[in-house]
Amino acid sequence: MQIEFRDAMVNVATGGVELNKDLPPVLLVHGAGMDRTVWSQQTRYLAHHGFAPMALDLPGHGDSEGALLPSVAEMAEWVGAFIEMMALGPVRLVGHSMGSLISLEVAARYPQTAERLILMGAAAAMPVHPELLGAAERNEILAPQLMTAWAHGSRAHIAGNPTPGLWMRSGCQALLERAAPDVIYNDLAACNSYEAGDVAARIECSVSVMVGSEDKMTPPKATAQLVAGFSEVDLQHLDGIGHMMMMEAPDQIRDLLLQALG
Amino acid sequence: MVEPDYLKFDTLSLHAGQEPDPTTGSRGVPIYQTTSYSFVDTEQAAGLFNLEQPGHIYSRISNPTVAVLEERLAALEGGVGAVCTASGMAAFHLACATIMSAGNHVVASRNIYGGSHNMLNLTMPRFGIETTFVDPRDLNAWESAITPDTRVLFAETLGNPGIEVLDVPAVAEIAHAHGIPLMVDATFTTPYLMRPIELGADIVMHSVTKFLGGHGIALGGVIVDGGRFDWAANDKFPTLSQPYDGYHGITFSEEYGHQALSMRARAEGLRDFGAAMSPANAFHLLQGVETLPLRMRRHVENTKTVIDFLETNDAVSWVSHPSVSTHPDHELAQSLLPNGAGAILSFGIAGGREAGRRFIESVQLASHVANVGDAKTLVIHPASTTHQQLSAEDLVAAGVGEDLIRLSVGLEDSSDIIADLARALRASQKG
Ligand SMILES: Cc1ncc(COP(=O)(O)O)c(C=O)c1O
Repeated sequence: MQIEFRDAMVNVATGGVELNKDLPPVLLVHGAGMDRTVWSQQTRYLAHHGFAPMALDLPGHGDSEGALLPSVAEMAEWVGAFIEMMALGPVRLVGHSMGSLISLEVAARYPQTAERLILMGAAAAMPVHPELLGAAERNEILAPQLMTAWAHGSRAHIAGNPTPGLWMRSGCQALLERAAPDVIYNDLAACNSYEAGDVAARIECSVSVMVGSEDKMTPPKATAQLVAGFSEVDLQHLDGIGHMMMMEAPDQIRDLLLQALG
Repeated sequence: MVEPDYLKFDTLSLHAGQEPDPTTGSRGVPIYQTTSYSFVDTEQAAGLFNLEQPGHIYSRISNPTVAVLEERLAALEGGVGAVCTASGMAAFHLACATIMSAGNHVVASRNIYGGSHNMLNLTMPRFGIETTFVDPRDLNAWESAITPDTRVLFAETLGNPGIEVLDVPAVAEIAHAHGIPLMVDATFTTPYLMRPIELGADIVMHSVTKFLGGHGIALGGVIVDGGRFDWAANDKFPTLSQPYDGYHGITFSEEYGHQALSMRARAEGLRDFGAAMSPANAFHLLQGVETLPLRMRRHVENTKTVIDFLETNDAVSWVSHPSVSTHPDHELAQSLLPNGAGAILSFGIAGGREAGRRFIESVQLASHVANVGDAKTLVIHPASTTHQQLSAEDLVAAGVGEDLIRLSVGLEDSSDIIADLARALRASQKG
């Protein structure tokens, strides 16, 4: 579904059904260099199980128009305003990786827009390996390759895709290769310079966090530092799973998501 | 410099797509010889049918043994997904039928497998899909054959039987400039010799029957989805970019983006056309894929030895293989096929059609079959077999002279292959 917002078309995947404004809205925010399709294993299910999912393509990502937003703060401002514009009331906000930082900031800065916060592959800081950042800046294929290599647990590097016939590693790499020039660098630089400060303490809504034991991009230790700041949080561990948990463990994530969405 | 710690090709050939069976611990890939799968409950069943959650329903659509082969071939090609089919021809048809409809047009190399040529030239027109055939080496011909209705460019990575090397990056660039994909039949190269997706191809198909299986005991085909082509960038591919009533108005590119083709080819193509691979065949083909790198190295080595022999034999008037310096694509082969230009070659036999017949009837070790890419050495005389449907004119256009012998060099001891060829060549000249 294409929605006009701030003079640009914004693309939102709604799970293959028309957005039902009577159902609780769920806004899903993807990570660096990615797009709505990282939620492809969850959106259709949610749409047929009592929710109105909206998997967003951030500006300049996937099929959304618009200029890239250079910082997490600006991305959060944009997402907060997008939620207000949709006028669906407060949403259940689900974020992955960079999307988790955006979601955190939205919930902290615009508490009226977020009813629940669900974070995957989240951390209080996301320092980016300098060689990855450099490759991204030069728009080299090494950037998608390194991100893909680090974003998957060891099992996902061999097998185990529950969707028959799909190969996870190239799926991730192709998704990142499809990003327009400079998109990956923009996002990684935004992650790299993000400082969480006391953002966790400012969150008022309920928070759920999902962490993969083999996540090399936001390792369990880094997630734990973030989690310590929340006054109350539901933390779920996924054993043997990496950063791309929605793809690596779609069934588990779907069940956890359904619980967390309430 | 940091490098992505990806598992390497030889490792993926053995492991990709499989983990030990969770129930039994079976290290080998089990043959799931079943038509259907028990649902947990009605809710899960509904979810599976509506593509809300992944899993198996019925073996025409997917099967766990076949899925291992699919994931493995996608891994070896660097594709986002793969769909296996009953044969190579079924794969070709599945790819065409998934992205095209009546009124569409194909530009194809004229130097392709006879079966593929028949399908495009004779059969698809009955369904409203026309093809213009071009010389694959003529980049201008590709360009000027494209019409507003063209939906795909198609060629073999190594042509048949002249072993023309496709300039994949150049033809891909032409396709992409017109907003259409390049599909290649990579049967003769296998992902060991060339990874066309990395060179710009968008869809790769194989007759898995050939080198991938390697043993000549099971038919199979596959389409591998490169995942880099944007199906929604224009309005040429409504099967992928527009709502489909088959699954409550799903738009494949919207839901699955870069994996849209893989998903639709299975959800519609296998469901409706039904040319599924059997689990037993998938099992056999997997045994072959495990040793693909080892076999291809030996195929290439033996081919070199056989070419050296043929080039010095008086009964041989010419030898055509991209590794030979006189081959028109010799240089291109060196850049696109650094590990070797495959194990299929052709040569001309002095004495023409009659000598060809005597040669074929005199080989003892080499097998006279309508196949290529077996572990065993194979020979054929295309003018009287694979290409016999073609008119004399089309034969010449397809590069099949009456003196042409096609050889698929196997894994036997090369001295035994050469002794057999030498004997048959002597016999061929005693007319
Ligand atoms: C290059 C090529 N493509 C496709 C095919 C068709 O494959 P199959 O026989 O598995 O249907 C063949 C078979 O001979 C072939 O050689």
